[in-house]
Amino acid sequence: MHVAHYLGLQHRAEANLADAFRQVAAAHAAEADVFHLTGKLAAQCDQHVERLAPFIETYSAEAPDEPERLHADLFAGARSGGLGLLRDLHDLYLMASYADITWTVLGQAAAGLRDGDLAAVVAACEQETSIQLAWLRTRMKSAAPQALVVA
Amino acid sequence: MSDRVADPWGERTPYGRGARWPVRVDVQLADGLSVGEVDSWTQSASLLHSNGDAMDIAVKDGRIAGVRGRATDRVNHGRLGPKDLFGWQANNSPDRLTRPLVREGGRLVESDWDTALGRVVDRSRELLDGPGGWGRFGFYTSGQLFLEEYYALAVIGKAGIGTPHMDGNTRLCTATAAASLKASFGTDGQPGSYTDVDECDALALWGHNVAATQTVLWSRMLDRRRGTDPPAMLAVDPRHTPVAREADVHLAVRPGTNVALLNGLLREIIQNGWYDESYVAAHTLGFESLARIVDGYPPERVAEICAVSATDVRRAAELLGGARRLLSTVLQGFYQSNQATAAACQVNNLHLVRGMIGRPGAGVLQMNGQPTAENNRECGADGDLPGFRNWANPEHVGQLARLWNVDQGIIPTWSPPTHAMQIFRYAEQGSIRFLWVSATNPAVTLPDLARIRRILDQEGLFLVVQDLFLTETAQFADVVLPAATWGEKTGTFTNADRTVHLSEQAVEPPGEARADLDIFLDYARRMDFRDRAGNPLLPWRTPEEVFDAWRACSRGRPCDYSGLSYAKLREGSGVQWPCTDGAPDGTERLYTDGQFHTDPDYCETYGQDLLTGAEFTGDEYRAKRPGGRAFLHAVDYQASPEVPGAEYPLRLVTGRSLYHFHTRTKTARAPELNAAAPDVWVELHPSDAAAAGIGDGERVRVESPRGAVTAPARLSGVRPGVVFLPFHYGWWDSADGPDGRAANELTLTAWDPVSKQPLFKSAAVRVTRTEG
Repeated sequence: MHVAHYLGLQHRAEANLADAFRQVAAAHAAEADVFHLTGKLAAQCDQHVERLAPFIETYSAEAPDEPERLHADLFAGARSGGLGLLRDLHDLYLMASYADITWTVLGQAAAGLRDGDLAAVVAACEQETSIQLAWLRTRMKSAAPQALVVA
Repeated sequence: MSDRVADPWGERTPYGRGARWPVRVDVQLADGLSVGEVDSWTQSASLLHSNGDAMDIAVKDGRIAGVRGRATDRVNHGRLGPKDLFGWQANNSPDRLTRPLVREGGRLVESDWDTALGRVVDRSRELLDGPGGWGRFGFYTSGQLFLEEYYALAVIGKAGIGTPHMDGNTRLCTATAAASLKASFGTDGQPGSYTDVDECDALALWGHNVAATQTVLWSRMLDRRRGTDPPAMLAVDPRHTPVAREADVHLAVRPGTNVALLNGLLREIIQNGWYDESYVAAHTLGFESLARIVDGYPPERVAEICAVSATDVRRAAELLGGARRLLSTVLQGFYQSNQATAAACQVNNLHLVRGMIGRPGAGVLQMNGQPTAENNRECGADGDLPGFRNWANPEHVGQLARLWNVDQGIIPTWSPPTHAMQIFRYAEQGSIRFLWVSATNPAVTLPDLARIRRILDQEGLFLVVQDLFLTETAQFADVVLPAATWGEKTGTFTNADRTVHLSEQAVEPPGEARADLDIFLDYARRMDFRDRAGNPLLPWRTPEEVFDAWRACSRGRPCDYSGLSYAKLREGSGVQWPCTDGAPDGTERLYTDGQFHTDPDYCETYGQDLLTGAEFTGDEYRAKRPGGRAFLHAVDYQASPEVPGAEYPLRLVTGRSLYHFHTRTKTARAPELNAAAPDVWVELHPSDAAAAGIGDGERVRVESPRGAVTAPARLSGVRPGVVFLPFHYGWWDSADGPDGRAANELTLTAWDPVSKQPLFKSAAVRVTRTEG
């Protein structure tokens, strides 16, 4: 059984995303909406990490070994300026997408396990991740013409 | 007539439920002038608040010499408030701008229109040249121009230059009203009517100090309260306002916690079965989600978050739940506070679950702060498209392109129009290099003024300011354009309950000052904006021609003016839109049949997530199959972005004085109003003052991480832990320049994720006694 593997991926994806949201908040504090909202979304990711913890405990005994690291480092420090903001949001988007598809996979695992508690956590967190993606898309769409065409 | 500074609401004229509000005609004329000596009276309405009180302007020897309320008008039945009775004197002020000014060698010097507009046009052409030129322009307009002026400006911006960077200071006062109406009901548009005051059996005022902001509406409410069968009354406000003192239940909530309170009240309504199950089933979407979220807010938890008693929460819920005709009004206590749109939507939800909408006495009034804010929303010189059209709906954009005969691609709809704070951010980054400010004063009204001054003063930003006086903002300008105002130009405007008034020119403007519309049209001519056929994009010469163009633009939309004309407005008085061939006398209430504007082809927005502002797509929206049902949006409470801590232990809220409007450009030039509130003050709770060793009347320094204000203390008026400052006071009438007088030295740069309205009521501050 490899459920623990995906729980580990999700755990790390959310922890990395929380960290990246915080780095973007710090680097783009002059963008007031980005600053305040990325702070909130980082806290949301922290909660996802916490909510995964009991399941990692439950299923870890059955894990063959430590989860391997499948994903590359998407985010290697924040940039500055209008284009920098766009690129940083773009990185966040890719990281959130990674978290999103991982939730999807975990949701399938929860169904196979008949683990209603895990399914409920996945459904709630997946919904929040999907809003994170929608916000990133919205913010990038409004920033892109000015950053790319006007500068 | 009584002394209307001392007695702002005038004598009571009590009336009972369902009766007609008695007429009381208020008149104020220049000293020594009698009614018989007035040369002529010119039809108008108030431009100093959003109530739309109709009046006639007295003219004597070619000058404005007083005002008289219009007895026949549906809004005020003859009454006027102190600002209207005295504010007209500002028109005659000797320091009006009478000639254009241009910057020469670092100083503003008198010039002429050709030179001044020539510079504006030269700079515009230079910036427009090349790809992305549109992105160099920003327009920051007002809540005080006329409908015709907003519409002309919207066409210049959207189809002439093709920029999304146009907003009004309506963003600071009324954006949340619009956002919450769109979110709940599908489009903007006030559901209720002022006549609901006459019919209601309960009144709930949510963050709305109507006694100061719309004095005549408050008179109407007080007259009901003094009559037979008076309505019960709830006030939610951290301040002990006249409204709070009058209310049967007053919840002095901790600022920033409105969503928690509303969640708790809705929980009580649902748990006690005080909701209308059949209305909810037939006319709403999202009840289960709403019920699930509010279930987490029992009165005891609400009491803890909001710092009110659980008993009072229950009493408030009983008042709301027992009403048969509930009228709610909402204003800045919600709109400028944490989770603004979510909180305003919760008031809409309350009415939806109780089926209290679209019936006499049962209605919602999401109020406006400024007199013509409504028109800016309708005409799209703010963050909207004209006619409450949906920027994300290509068919709606196509309607505008056909109307203006332009290529649809020039109209910028790749994302929502840029909101004010983002416009200033682009200017700060040097991306926007041309900023045209009309009829507002961002150097005093925007948050974190030290930052705003740096932006306005920035090298490389070409700043045009169009105003009556040399305001704090105008002092930063490269070009200053002298404008005519109320009484000196003709146009229409619409109040908070959709009542349209005609305001006619009574006198000539001073010197070379020109109507804002003439300035915009002159700019458009000089820029040679053309449609696809090569004809002028703005072919109009008179306000009436623009109004007729607007009638066509608004046809078929919620704010339908097609049945209105200058002639009709001249014959009668105020008329409520929609006014069409089928409803020639206007429309009292929206949604009388429970059919909301949520059809995907008609709605103004495909919706946003209330916590983040994430936009939903048309496909996502259609999948909800709204079919004319209203949306019940609910979210959890989240704390304000800035909360008190050890260093800054108190919460600042800013707000209005009854005697002033905006940045006092007019009201401080009316002697009676200026004398009533000549300088800034700070309100503290006695317990907070005692802790800081501050006595009543002593000068105190209020500091936030961004700046400081010094003012005498008034030890009353607010709940513990809260500091109040009026926001009207800048430095144009002070010798020392920016001198710690403006409340916005303290406020923080943060805004609601949906409405993008700045959170003026959420800064953390400390107070200390100043030496000496």
